[in-house]
This record gives sequence, C-alpha cells and structure tokens, in this order.
Amino acid sequence: MSKENLPSPAELNEDDEDSMGRRGFIKLVGGAFGACYAAAIGYPIYRYLDSPVEEAAQETAVTQVTLPPDAIHIPKNSALMFRFGYKPSMLIHHDDDTWTALSAVCTHLGCTAGYVPARKVIYCPCHGGTYNATTGGNISGPPPKPLTLYKVQISDGKITVSRT
Amino acid sequence: MEKSLSAEPKSTSPATWSTQIWDWADARLGLSEVIHLAEKKRVPDHRHSFWYYWGGITLFFFIVMCFSGVLLLIYYRPGDGAYESVRQITYDIKFGWLIRSTHSWAANLMLASAFIHMFSAYFMKAYRGPREFTWWSGFGLLLLGMVFGFSGYLLPMDDLAYFATKVGLAIPAVIPVVGPWIANLIRGGPDVNAFTVSRFFALHVVVLPALFIPLLMFHLLLVQKHGMSIPESEERKPESERMSVPFFPNFAMKDLAMWLIALNVLALMASLFPWGLGDAADSLKPAPMGIHPEWYFMSSFEVLKLFGQWFPGEAGEFLGLILFNLGLILWVLIPFYDTSSKYGMRARLATYFGLFVIAILMTTTIWGYAVLPPTH
Repeated sequence: MSKENLPSPAELNEDDEDSMGRRGFIKLVGGAFGACYAAAIGYPIYRYLDSPVEEAAQETAVTQVTLPPDAIHIPKNSALMFRFGYKPSMLIHHDDDTWTALSAVCTHLGCTAGYVPARKVIYCPCHGGTYNATTGGNISGPPPKPLTLYKVQISDGKITVSRT
Repeated sequence: MEKSLSAEPKSTSPATWSTQIWDWADARLGLSEVIHLAEKKRVPDHRHSFWYYWGGITLFFFIVMCFSGVLLLIYYRPGDGAYESVRQITYDIKFGWLIRSTHSWAANLMLASAFIHMFSAYFMKAYRGPREFTWWSGFGLLLLGMVFGFSGYLLPMDDLAYFATKVGLAIPAVIPVVGPWIANLIRGGPDVNAFTVSRFFALHVVVLPALFIPLLMFHLLLVQKHGMSIPESEERKPESERMSVPFFPNFAMKDLAMWLIALNVLALMASLFPWGLGDAADSLKPAPMGIHPEWYFMSSFEVLKLFGQWFPGEAGEFLGLILFNLGLILWVLIPFYDTSSKYGMRARLATYFGLFVIAILMTTTIWGYAVLPPTH
C-alpha cells in the first residue's frame, strides 16, 4: 500500500490550463528563491576570489613613490629596478647626470625589460623589443607603444618618482 | 532490443530544442532508465522515517566541506607560513572569515549529523544482515571524519591548534615500546612543528579524501542496493500494512528541504559565530587556560584522563586506550552479536548496549566540560 504521491512528469503534461498556471507560479517563486540563494552564496565567493585583484587595483592607484636613500648613489650609465605600485619600473642614471624613470613592463607582452649599458637602450629579451632610454620610445622590435614615463624629482638627496 | 543512436522524437508533434537535446543525450547515456529507476524506487514511510534524512544531511555537509576546503586551499600555505596565511584569510581577504567559518562549522555539523545517523541506524537495527558492510563502511567514514577533524584542527597553527595536537599525539605515545616512535613519525619530530603542519596538510587534503570518497561511494552504493532498512516495529506488521513513498519526487523533495534547512543553520552559525583565530603557536608560552579538545574527542579525552588519575604512571592511559578500543571493536562487530533473532532477547540486549554507550559518551563528555578550569 502506498501513500498518494505527486503526479509523475508524464502526468504533468496532461494537466489542464488552470494547474499549469499554478505550477508556473510555483516555478517562478522557486526560481526566485533559488536565484537569491545562488546570489547569497556566489557573491562572497566572487569577492573572496577577487580579493587579490582588488588589492592590486589599489596599488595601481599609487601616484608617487619615494625611492630608498641609496638610489641617488647609483653610478652613471646604470639602472635601479623598483616597484611603482605593483609594476616593475626602473630608474636610469645617464652619463650627463640626468635621470629617467619609466615602467619596465614591455608594451608587447608584459615581460620585464632591462637597461643595457653597452648600448644605452632598454631591451626586452622575450621578443627583442628595444626602447629609447631617455624617452621610453619604442625603437625596434614588436612593441606597439612606448614605455610609460614617470616624473623624477630630486630634493635633499631623495629621489621621488611620480606619474606625469 | 537494439537502440538507435540517432535522436528520434517519439511523438509526431514537432520536438522543441530541449526535447531534442534530451533525446540525443538519453540515447547515449540512458538517462530515462535512471529516472525510471528513481521513480520505481520506494522509501519506507513510518513513524521513525525522520531518521532516514540524517545520512543525507551528513552528505550535504561533506559536499560543503569539499567546496569550502578548495576555496581555503587557494590562499592557505602549509609549513612555516601557515599561521600568517590563515591570518590573511581571516582578516585581509574579503569574506575569507566566512569561508573559513563555514568550513569549521560544516565540519562540526557533519560529525554531529554523522553521530545522529549512526545511532539512529543502530537503534533501528539497520546493521543486521544483509547490511553489515553498510554499517562497517559507515563506521569507517565516521573514523575518517574524525581524523579529518584532528588533522584540520592543526592547520591554522594558532596556540589552541598547537597544544591540542601536542596533547592528541601524546596519546599514541603511551603505547609501550613502539608508542614514542609512532608519535614522532606522525609529528615529524619530537615536537609539533612546521613539518607536522605540512604532513597533516597532505593527510587532510590528499590522503583522507582519497580514502573517504571511494568509501563513501561504496556506502551509498550499498544503500542503493539494499534499500532502506526498516525498524523492528515495522517488520512486525504484515507486508500489506507497510507504507512507502516513491523516492522521486516525494522523498527526494523532502531530502532537498532538509538540505535547505541544513544550509540555513550552517549559514546562521558561520556568520553569527565566526570561527576565531588565536595567537600564533609558541612552544615557549604556557598553554592557554581552559584548553580542551573538540567536543567529538572530549569523551575519549576524559576517559584517558580518568584512567590516568586512577592508575599510576602511563599504565592508566594505556589501560584506558585498550578499553576504549575494545569498546569500539564491540560496537563495530554488533552485526555478529545481534543476528537472526529479530526482536528477541539479543535485539533487546543490543538496545541496552546502545543506550549504555550513549550514557558513557554523554557522561564523560559533560564531565570533561564540567572539570575544565576557568578560562580567566
């Protein structure tokens, strides 16, 4: 002996208009509840996974970086790597005692480029992109645009790099 | 009858895209056979039916543990950086506290529902033939669940975790001759350290799941094979008077409702009582006041403590350990004691034994909490 059970899926198709309307309503309410639960579970998980991205975005908002005190002492025709926010960047001390600070992230595919003292250029070993060490302009190779140039300020023996 | 692999709508009416996809998949996977089986499957319905849901609830919490565990795995770092990574999860990462709290609460709720499931199966005498392997595999799952709990408890490497693991691993150390050797091997050294965290981590996220999941599949397969066991009160009724409901959709819907309740309870506990994080473990600092094992180890902890007080030296603890394991073996082998006589003397003895075990567990657990020194 069995208890009266819910209609089987086959029986559902034979239901009249009236009960289809009621069924539709139940489906709608059920779906809405389901969506609420999915959102309540999904939102914290999304924020949890996105957390480092949010943190990096905050670092991107950095507009100015003061370099360590020994930065001023780097020899001429050499470079010092530092981070501007999360971006690898470089400070170049030129032969004529001028300074250049720019992003070291190659504009081609994001490798970190380096200063080549012998040629006095910035070179990316990944695909051979070459940049002008003073202006950051792309000279040869695949890079589509110049490196981002920063403003260098020297006061009281301290070097401060900021967005132009 | 030979089946065609092409999608052939059964009716002459134009098939919608959804029925076409269904037919296509059905021809290849035999989905309608599964549904037909689920519709044909019936679940006994009687005044003790409520207890049938607890296995499903335990399963639900296990699924939550898997998902929340994978999420924790994304930021957790075993070894020296363990405490710092859990501190970051708890305080720096967005909603990290909620994921961690969910994992910890789900662990406790899973073990609680597993205990309820085990005792309800026991008192309904569900362990009797042909379900002996269901009983044993279920018991194995509970033990693995407790090892999951013990190994996971150390991973944050805060002061409570450190001392709880230290005390816990002092227990196998009381086994004569091989005890200290076993304890050192588990710890990865004479004291709980970063190596212990790394090996407990490997145990917790690789070894235990690799054992647990196949055993769980075996357990579920057996439940499917033998169907639900019915208690003695139902067995006494003639077949024609026994009630049942179809598994699908009736029982499945109720199961789903139970899962929803379990989810709500878990969400409330995890968000209103977030799991805390103590100070970083420091072996030079005295253990925090009122330190005690998790509730599911409290009974065994108290039994060992009492035996340690009653007998001199390590002999007491060892005796306690032996007695405790004998009790476990007796519990596991119950299908052999209570066999054919369905509601005779033996079945009544089994009931008394079950009540006795519950009484011992409850008394020693309450005792354990009662004699804790004050935390301040």
